[in-house]
Amino acid sequence: MLPTKKGRFGRYGGMFIPETLMPAVIELEEAYKKAKRDPKFKRELTAHLKEYAGRPTSLYFAERLTEHLGGARIYLKREDLAHTGAHKINNTLGQVLLARAMGKTRIIAETGAGMHGVATATAAARFGLKCIVYMGTEDIRRQAMNVHRMELLGARVEPVEKGSCTLKDAINEAIRDWVTNVRSTHYVIGSVVGPHPYPMMVRDFQSVIGREVKAQMKRVNGSWPDLMVACVGGGSNAMGLFYTFVDTKAEMIGVEAAGKGLSLGKHSATLTAGSRGILHGALSYLLQTRDGQIKEAHSVAAGLDYPGTGPEHAYYKETGRVKYVAVTDHKALMAFKMLSELEGIIPALESAHAVAHVVEIAPKLPKKKTVVICLSGRGDKDLEEVRRLT
Amino acid sequence: MSVRKLFRGLKKDGKKALLPFLTVGDPSAAATVELAQVMEKAGAHGMEMGLPFSDPLADGPTIQASSQRALTSGFTVAKYLKTLAEVKKKTSFPLIAMTYYNPVFKMGLDTFAKRLAAAGACAAIIPDLPPEEALPWARAAKQNSIETIFLVAPNTPDERVIKADKLSTGFLYYVSVTGVTGARKALPRDILDNLRRVRRLAKNPVVVGFGVSGPRQARLLKDEAHGVIVGSALVDLAHRSYGKKGWKKKVGSFVERLIRAMG
Repeated sequence: MLPTKKGRFGRYGGMFIPETLMPAVIELEEAYKKAKRDPKFKRELTAHLKEYAGRPTSLYFAERLTEHLGGARIYLKREDLAHTGAHKINNTLGQVLLARAMGKTRIIAETGAGMHGVATATAAARFGLKCIVYMGTEDIRRQAMNVHRMELLGARVEPVEKGSCTLKDAINEAIRDWVTNVRSTHYVIGSVVGPHPYPMMVRDFQSVIGREVKAQMKRVNGSWPDLMVACVGGGSNAMGLFYTFVDTKAEMIGVEAAGKGLSLGKHSATLTAGSRGILHGALSYLLQTRDGQIKEAHSVAAGLDYPGTGPEHAYYKETGRVKYVAVTDHKALMAFKMLSELEGIIPALESAHAVAHVVEIAPKLPKKKTVVICLSGRGDKDLEEVRRLT
Repeated sequence: MSVRKLFRGLKKDGKKALLPFLTVGDPSAAATVELAQVMEKAGAHGMEMGLPFSDPLADGPTIQASSQRALTSGFTVAKYLKTLAEVKKKTSFPLIAMTYYNPVFKMGLDTFAKRLAAAGACAAIIPDLPPEEALPWARAAKQNSIETIFLVAPNTPDERVIKADKLSTGFLYYVSVTGVTGARKALPRDILDNLRRVRRLAKNPVVVGFGVSGPRQARLLKDEAHGVIVGSALVDLAHRSYGKKGWKKKVGSFVERLIRAMG
């Protein structure tokens, strides 16, 4: 069972954080272990996921997309239908319940595309906790709608005008806030990144996706999917889908953002084109210079625009269990349009990366093969940015 | 001179240490060398030499901006090591490297320790390397005679203070506030009680950093700490005054006032 007690997935993971935060992550790990064993916590979370977040989300057979591509049968795991429009709510409900159990009164979060910020603000509103969301000014510009949503939900959006003004810088600021207010505050990290126990805990909260897919596929097809595809920035929707199937024979592909193209150096393809290093508390893959300075990432999808990735993904890359590929902004935009026109489903630009890779490979796969795409979020937030770019 | 030796000497003389911090390469390598010389002349007992990092998450706005200035001007790890060696040549007090862990990891722990030693640094502080993750670095550092200084904070429980102290060679770094670096008008009210607690548990000398901004705070701390580290306040002063008329006197007299406050 991974991670190890020290929070390692193979050589990856760990807890590389200032001493001031060590008591907080140790407290969190204890609280999480206790909650995991507590049937009441589990019942409560399950009930909120069902009644409040709208789970289970459907597994939808994408008939016209399948026909159009002429190969494998394509299913969409509809996380876009979960409350707040993305898979992020699975994790924030879990963490906010945990924060409440730990007696924390203040919630902070970082956000890139704004989906995690909205999901955190939502859970905080639901349980009456104060919420502050750190967001890069570049992301505030391109995801304006989500800023309004967070504010309407009673959260304060703290603009971060540092570095690339995106997700990485928002995480830095959130960590600085946490160091300062560590006694009263729980930091709701939005992906399978950060120091132990976050990568494990966020994965566990998100693994409801894979568990549902397993049951749903069995119902419609009598077996597990042959191939699963999900986008990877930090990698929480991908881990959520993959984790249940790690010990099966199902194939898995994580799709990173190749941005303007890997050769141009303007991308977020950490696993495909990065190297080992330490960022935000964990040893994983990074985009960095020869000196170990963190490089700026680029992607049309704000939620993938991050120069790091989850340590468990780094581990699966090393063992070869999951294959990682990268898709350019251009192809993601084409897939965004294609899914909208063929299925009447507007995907988030992040999820469009996964769709784009399937568009490429599905025609070459036999018709009896089944593919599940994690449609991690809806694309309403991206309309303005897409209109600006096309 | 090692940090251990420095504190042994200070103890004999009944003195407290003043260890200024500088971001190396801000605004230039030459400036760092000059600033270090000015500080030694004013009586500073050693220097903390910060390696500029792109994502300094334990640092507040002043050192963030200072690191950014150095990086924007094209400062590299190679230039950092060269500057250290240059400072070493022109001063005789101990030089303590302060760096985040990724540049160390990227170069390779052993190579980094070796090159630090070759450049004349005697110790290292790595703020994002807690005891849990420190063994590989501690081994590499020891092999190259680099002392490693660990940090503890107001919320660090006793057993962790003991662990950090055991791993530390030179001194134990007491972070005065739960928070990031940066000059503050007032230190936490319970700082002296907390310091007493840490001193009781530690075998190493205990030096206070984060938030120490001037003589008033140095005076407050002098009876309970073995020394203080002043970072942001000096980085800010150096940034505002370096190169302008009378800058050496300005920086020098600030250092002198800090030392007098602890005398």
